[in-house]
Amino acid sequence: MTDAPVTSAPADAASDIPRNPPQRSLTLHRALARVWANDRGLWGQITAVSHTTLGLRFMATALVFFAIGGILSMLIRAQLATPQGAFLDTELYNQIFTMHGSIMMFLFAIPMLEGLGIWLLPKMLGTRDMAFPRLTALGYWCYLFGGLIMLSALLFGVAPRDGWFMYTPLSDATHSPGINADVWLLGVTFVEISAIAAAVEITVTILRQRAPGMKLTAMPLFGWYMLGTSVMMLVGFPPLIAGSVLLEIERAFDWPFFDPARGGDPLLWQHLFWLFGHPEVYIIFLPAAGVMSMMIPILSRTTILGYGAIVAAVLGLVFLSFGLWVHHMFTVGIPHMALAFFSAASVLVAVPTAVQVFAWIGTMWKGRPQLVLPMYHILGFFLTFVMGGLTGVMLAIVPFNWQAHDTAFVTAHLHYVLIGGFVFPMMAAATYWMPLITGKRRIDGLGEAAFWVILIGFHGTFFIMHLTGLLGMPRRIDVYPDNPEWIWLNLTSSIFGFVLTIGFAMFALDLILQATLGKRAARDPWEAPTLDWAMPVPAPNYNFASLPLPEQAACGAAQAALTLARGEGVLPGAPRGRREVLVSTVSGARPLHVAVLPGNTALPLALSASIGGFVLLMLAGLYALAGAALVPVAVLIWVWARGMAPSGDMAQVQAAPGLRLPVHFRAGVTLGQSGLVAFLVANGTLFASLLFGLAFLEVVTPGPAAPSASVEHLTMGWAMGFVVATAGLGVLAARASGSGAALAGLLVNLLALAGVLWIGAQLDDPTRHARDALRAVVAGYVGLHLLVAAGMAGFVLDQLRRGEITPDTPGAAPAWRLWQEFTAVTTLITALVILVQAGVV
Amino acid sequence: MKRFAAYPLLVAGCSGPLSTLEPGGPAAADIAWLWWGMLAGAAVITVFMVGLVLLALGAPRPVREGRWTLGLGLGLSMVILTPVLAAGLWVGERIIPRDDGVVTVEAHAWQWNWRFTHADAEGAPVESENTLHIPAGQPVDVLITSEDVIHSFWVPRLAGKLDAIPGRTNRARIMADEPGRYAGLCAEFCGQGHARMRFDVVAHADWPPVLNGDGTEAK
Ligand code: HEM
Ligand SMILES: [Cu+2]
Repeated sequence: MTDAPVTSAPADAASDIPRNPPQRSLTLHRALARVWANDRGLWGQITAVSHTTLGLRFMATALVFFAIGGILSMLIRAQLATPQGAFLDTELYNQIFTMHGSIMMFLFAIPMLEGLGIWLLPKMLGTRDMAFPRLTALGYWCYLFGGLIMLSALLFGVAPRDGWFMYTPLSDATHSPGINADVWLLGVTFVEISAIAAAVEITVTILRQRAPGMKLTAMPLFGWYMLGTSVMMLVGFPPLIAGSVLLEIERAFDWPFFDPARGGDPLLWQHLFWLFGHPEVYIIFLPAAGVMSMMIPILSRTTILGYGAIVAAVLGLVFLSFGLWVHHMFTVGIPHMALAFFSAASVLVAVPTAVQVFAWIGTMWKGRPQLVLPMYHILGFFLTFVMGGLTGVMLAIVPFNWQAHDTAFVTAHLHYVLIGGFVFPMMAAATYWMPLITGKRRIDGLGEAAFWVILIGFHGTFFIMHLTGLLGMPRRIDVYPDNPEWIWLNLTSSIFGFVLTIGFAMFALDLILQATLGKRAARDPWEAPTLDWAMPVPAPNYNFASLPLPEQAACGAAQAALTLARGEGVLPGAPRGRREVLVSTVSGARPLHVAVLPGNTALPLALSASIGGFVLLMLAGLYALAGAALVPVAVLIWVWARGMAPSGDMAQVQAAPGLRLPVHFRAGVTLGQSGLVAFLVANGTLFASLLFGLAFLEVVTPGPAAPSASVEHLTMGWAMGFVVATAGLGVLAARASGSGAALAGLLVNLLALAGVLWIGAQLDDPTRHARDALRAVVAGYVGLHLLVAAGMAGFVLDQLRRGEITPDTPGAAPAWRLWQEFTAVTTLITALVILVQAGVV
Repeated sequence: MKRFAAYPLLVAGCSGPLSTLEPGGPAAADIAWLWWGMLAGAAVITVFMVGLVLLALGAPRPVREGRWTLGLGLGLSMVILTPVLAAGLWVGERIIPRDDGVVTVEAHAWQWNWRFTHADAEGAPVESENTLHIPAGQPVDVLITSEDVIHSFWVPRLAGKLDAIPGRTNRARIMADEPGRYAGLCAEFCGQGHARMRFDVVAHADWPPVLNGDGTEAK
């Protein structure tokens, strides 16, 4: 291997890459540890951007929220134990179940899986960090601040109280005065910044940063699952964000998107919510299924059965899950023929799920399952999730759904799938990866006991709840004085609910004891073949002293760990004193260039704090001030972008003998550009959600038709033509090079923006009719994009002036071009839609 | 009473004024049968799956991939799901309203009460709060509307629920086999008074009923 011919061109196939000569592990470790370390002390926690630190912090914070959500669930169960309830009043009870659901979904499950992906993916795929470390930190702070805002609302007694899906008109300003609903809309949207951030970086990391030669079709299944998850997040969250923004605007400014008296439609909210809400449950399930697919073969001492079938099943799930949202709306009065379609799609989604479950069981048949603690939880998963899946199929059957919908049966079902399909796998994963997190071994006994208490507590609580529902008990009620037949059922559920909570407490205690009192763990305790164990325990911040080659990765984690630590893989050590990772091609993982990642910085905290300021001002109803608070946000984003400017040593990097790679400032498609594409996918979905709203109001909503537009069509048409043309000119400018073009780009974008503002002033009063309101929002969307495009042109101009952009280093120009093209297309579509609606074309 | 004579044993633990498992009309009865069928199937599948998992705990066995992923995963699940889906669609088609000129009544919901309207012998509207009068033994269509937020009209012993949505009118079909009183409630969370937003359906042998001022039937 070492005497391979030395060439200066990148190797064609990653398998041709020769090994580096071995070095002293300790020297490498010291150098890497210094470069990748967090700053010291508390400041270090503030400035950390490392995926190991932040992934763990995401998960730990999610656990705290799980505990809080669990306490709320105990209050619910205590209230329901007796028919008169007695101790919570209705107002408080409504806040508590709403917060229980919202916390569990938005502040526990989603951040938990984000944290898992962020912490585990780089380790499993053989790289040193996520693609955008500062974005990881930004996501964390947004999550934390959003969560804290929602929690404080609970403490002050002004928490949301309209249920976790916030149906309008109940959640509109008339029927929910006060800030309760605003807390949900703004808080959840704030938290979702972290979901979009995580989705972008997870997508890019999986596609561009796998170890050299790790083909897409041979990556660990967890990679496929997280790729499916992140794509679903990119497409699934925007409808929710769109809906929340619209509802908040309705509450704040009386724009009637959902008001039936003025042409709005409460069902539009339901569609937007469930367009997110249904994919959401698969977003939660897929990462859990991903860790199952890793742990089951390893703990059964064999390889996975049906890798290809599982990948196909994941892709099928991702696709199908966007076609079933209406099964949450079977009782809203949609014609039966249409329901039949969604019923069939919902039933069909059980098929790819079944494929995975059978592949896992087959894997266990093939191997010899070890009855270790993670395996206990895996068995708990099988029992619970199968039952939850079966009640899911029942609920997909339309007539049965008409009876069971909105009853305790659904509460039972959703906990079977969420606890069975997410919490059990997460507990398995926690016990499996704890040695890598803490470097400690478990203390035997307590964990096993916790498992049994949880299993018994869970089924004792929720199994009979199916019957409670079929006996007619609706969800979200606090008293049932007229129904003695439900008493024993509820009392039983409540008693076992406390057992369940004790079980979770024991589980948490077990983790704490392991972290504090456990003995030192050996490397690779499960004898795993995967890269996540090919490193010291606990995992160092940089993961790998050198990045694994295929033949190293193939020889088992323990063996690989040694050669990697000696620097025999690619890109050994940190000789240039900066954080470097390898960026490769999407399918074959052929190394393309070396990306220099940013180091520790407090910028993410500052940016999310300034966004938090905006959110708080919105909550306070100080809308003008809130608008002003966007200025620091914009400034910080500029500073953020400055951090990506070309700087430092631009020389090629010797990654392996004969493998010289450019740094990313001088390379083709960078991580940043891939990330922008991923972001534009989400952004485009947001735009599509708004157009969906326009079409829905036009075609489906029965309410009063919009009064005809009062603007003179011809001038309007010209104005829009002007905006489209100038935005198009912006594209030409962005494609050209040089200061003149950048200046022209800046000017045409500003001109187009002025055009949009003029059109906005001519548009009908948005409070008049829902269609006028939505149209104004779409115009605002275009205006915002033109503004950003102008900003990017200005940024490029600035880079040119500083001499950062040269023929070799494109700087921010490619990003501007992409954004400008996206803006031009959305502008054109908007103009066409508005003209068609106004009857001009 | 003839419908739930069909499963006398089960009724004991499953009865109640709001029980979907003690049907008082054809729609609820069809759905109850659907449920018992699905429950039986689900029980068998659960036992089968748990058995498969427990068998896996022994020594390694040779496995053929296609048999698990294609045979069991794709094949078996399709074989089970298709009839379930078909049965659901068939039942659904049977119980939805159709244009056959049945008696029509109105249900108007607001926070947190119901106003029901039926026509008396002269065809004049008769309003009643929280008690819906219908004829027994014949299908009735309920036109469901809402004044403020979303509610849901549900009489578990007669049929499934249907939402009351402001700006829309939904049509549900219910039928009570026997004269009597059937409990109903609002099933969609609608704020403070949700838990107490109950009503009754009274099915009359003689239609239209002659009512006293307080809504009770005149003897
Ligand atoms: C600690 C054990 C848990 C218990 C005892 C519990 C109990 C409950 C109960 C009794 C309700 C129904 C309240 C009602 O509508 O009448 C409920 C609702 C809900 N739970 Fe849980 N839960 C637990 C854990 C979880 C977890 C882990 C999740 C999600 C990952 C979750 C998600 C939800 C959601 C989304 C709702 C619906 C809230 C709403 O109707 O707005 N729960 N829970
Ligand atoms: Cu109601």
